[in-house]
Amino acid sequence: MREIYFDNAATTKASSEVIEEIITVLKDDYGNPSSLHRKGFEAEKYIRNTTDILASLLKVEKDEIIYTSGGTESNNLAIRGAAFAYHRTGKHVITTNIEHPSVRRTFQSLQEEGFEVTYLPVDSSGYIDETQLKEAIRQDTILVSIMHVNNEIGTVQPIEKIGKIIKESNPNILFHVDGIQSFGKYIIPVKRWNIDLLSISAHKFYGPKGIGVLYKKKDVRLKPLIFGGDQQRGLRSGTENVPGIAGLGVAAKNIYKELDEITKHLYTLKSALWKGISENIEDVYLNGPSIEEGAPHIINIMFKDIRAEVLLHALEAKKIYVSTGSACSSNHPQPSDTLKSIGLSDDEIQGALRFSFSKYNTEDEVEECVQVLKEIVPTLRRFKRGGSKK
Amino acid sequence: MKNIFLIKYGEIAIKGNNRYLFENALLKNIRLSIKRLGIFNIQKEQGRILIEPEEENIDTEEVLNKLTKVFGIVGICIGIKNEKTDMDAIKETALYHMKYVCENSSYTFKVETRRSNKNYPLNSMEISKEVGAYILSNMGNQLKVDVHNPEIKLNIELRNSLYVYSKVIPGPGGMPLGTNGKAMLLLSGGIDSPVAGWMVAKRGVEIGGVYFESPPYTSERAKQKVIDLAKKIAAYTGRFKLYIVPFTDIQMEIYQKCPHPQLTIIMRRIMMRIAESIAKEENAQALITGESIGQVASQTIQSLAVTNAVVTLPVFRPLIGFDKEDIVSIAKKIDTYETSILPYEDCCTIFVPKHPETKPKLEYIQKSEEALENIDSMIDEAIKNSETIILH
Repeated sequence: MREIYFDNAATTKASSEVIEEIITVLKDDYGNPSSLHRKGFEAEKYIRNTTDILASLLKVEKDEIIYTSGGTESNNLAIRGAAFAYHRTGKHVITTNIEHPSVRRTFQSLQEEGFEVTYLPVDSSGYIDETQLKEAIRQDTILVSIMHVNNEIGTVQPIEKIGKIIKESNPNILFHVDGIQSFGKYIIPVKRWNIDLLSISAHKFYGPKGIGVLYKKKDVRLKPLIFGGDQQRGLRSGTENVPGIAGLGVAAKNIYKELDEITKHLYTLKSALWKGISENIEDVYLNGPSIEEGAPHIINIMFKDIRAEVLLHALEAKKIYVSTGSACSSNHPQPSDTLKSIGLSDDEIQGALRFSFSKYNTEDEVEECVQVLKEIVPTLRRFKRGGSKK
Repeated sequence: MKNIFLIKYGEIAIKGNNRYLFENALLKNIRLSIKRLGIFNIQKEQGRILIEPEEENIDTEEVLNKLTKVFGIVGICIGIKNEKTDMDAIKETALYHMKYVCENSSYTFKVETRRSNKNYPLNSMEISKEVGAYILSNMGNQLKVDVHNPEIKLNIELRNSLYVYSKVIPGPGGMPLGTNGKAMLLLSGGIDSPVAGWMVAKRGVEIGGVYFESPPYTSERAKQKVIDLAKKIAAYTGRFKLYIVPFTDIQMEIYQKCPHPQLTIIMRRIMMRIAESIAKEENAQALITGESIGQVASQTIQSLAVTNAVVTLPVFRPLIGFDKEDIVSIAKKIDTYETSILPYEDCCTIFVPKHPETKPKLEYIQKSEEALENIDSMIDEAIKNSETIILH
């Protein structure tokens, strides 16, 4: 039986070009980029190369790129770094109800340390209300953090508009965007969208795990989280993850070369899956935005009277891999905050399954998945938790 | 002078003619438990066991860690052995040991001497007195004598050699494993069953486990969790054979054919039947469960009676009178707690009825079970398709 991997919002399989690049660095160009000799300089060249790629993709300066250990660190560095660099200006920060835990928990940590946090609610499709954002902004607001693409339901926030609203209210407020699910799916013109801080993670677009990026606008100050040898202008000490950075560069370059075709392909898969499921299985509902409005790679479907976790394991038995929400929260059986925020009941959340696609997936796989679901969903529905009273 | 371990054992000492069997089992288990840590000379000697490392650089902490998991051991002393037994040797050895034990802290102490060599020029009292005075003269700033309630009791034993020791590290107690037959434990992923298994094993009973898995309702992680728990038990019991029984089809069958309020009780009965078959195959003489009265609907006295009625082997329920907190504190002590609370569903909870029968009557349950026409062959099938894993 072949493997069908539909959990690409959790992570993607690294492309062979990425793997080759990483092997070359590990095998031959293993120098420390801080070393003064040639081995060091050769390693540094990989970093320069990736930085060039990112700077041109985001249309930013080279010294606005910081490498981190991944999306979580980028989000932490952006939010905590900015909050503690600007706390004398004000201690009010704004975010949304549907952020990834690496943002949400970071804001909770600020709350515990004396900051005031406003959490913007979202509508049933997952969008924030622009008027509410305007009203939330205060004299002492220093930071707004809003994710571009939601990892669970694929809502795409109008970042350009939001950036404008923020800067029109007060140009000094910093705007952080969690772009972890969107980089590699959308072109993000950072300057035009008024983004001051942007988080990126390589393993979401066929790069390696353990490497991320934080774009930081030149004149924005950040208080570092990690101290040491003052690499990366002191903002992120520690020997750079050269193999990771090299792999990230290759992944970023490749994905934007074929962005249009891949996007089209992903939408085809997503529509086909929804069509197949909604036409063949009763009582299924789309969570979040419509197929076309949502991100190309994420679809979240509620199967009524089914526990998604059981369905997940039943699909797993057929080598089809999906997710019941964000992978990071799979270890805690508490209902997802995002799904709660778009108005789903606990029972409905229990039945929500996320399918997320990559360029490697095919329409055949989608069809096979629909066939399998068609078989197992009715069977699972016959066995209800709690049984009946009789 | 070299470091040695003195092992004290309790209950075994009072066994009658069988005593040697228990002592030999304990010796064997001790040998097995520290086999990988180096070469040791392990001997029975006058109501205790003496472990002498035969090589340098033995990891004392690791030896202790292993020994505190050998059932039958009541206490472990780290001491010093000296071949010389003259008075100067006694004093030096005692002082050396006290310095090692006290480091820089202050304590009260007393010296107690025993000598099997009655020809020794001084009697026990005299030796204690001289050694005490010598230690005081060297460590007087740290130590004070208290003959009634000392913090440190310094023991001096004169046999063919001299043994000096003080601190007694408690062992797990109980009886040496393998001296009291064999039983199969119904192991779920919860807090209770590993504790129940440990408690019975502690009485010298060799144990194995039976786990029921119900994919897709239970996950691979749930199974791994049970394997991890079995490993923690195996740290005490040594070899632990775990049966993993596929149970989904049987659960579905019950769900479709039996009244839903009785789902759990009927499921429990079938689990017992399967466990009993496996136990017989394994030459085990009893079953063990983690049940405790009234903890859940399937553990009312009525439910326990109905569950019990389906098997002929004795069912041990060592936790029967325990409160949850008591169970948790043992689980923490034997290091199974953190694993047990990982949030993976086990097969007992997936079809818990909303309105479970709490006072089932055996006749009615048996009547309901008549609908399960193929259950015998399904049980055989499940046992046949079981996976077994040996853990150490």
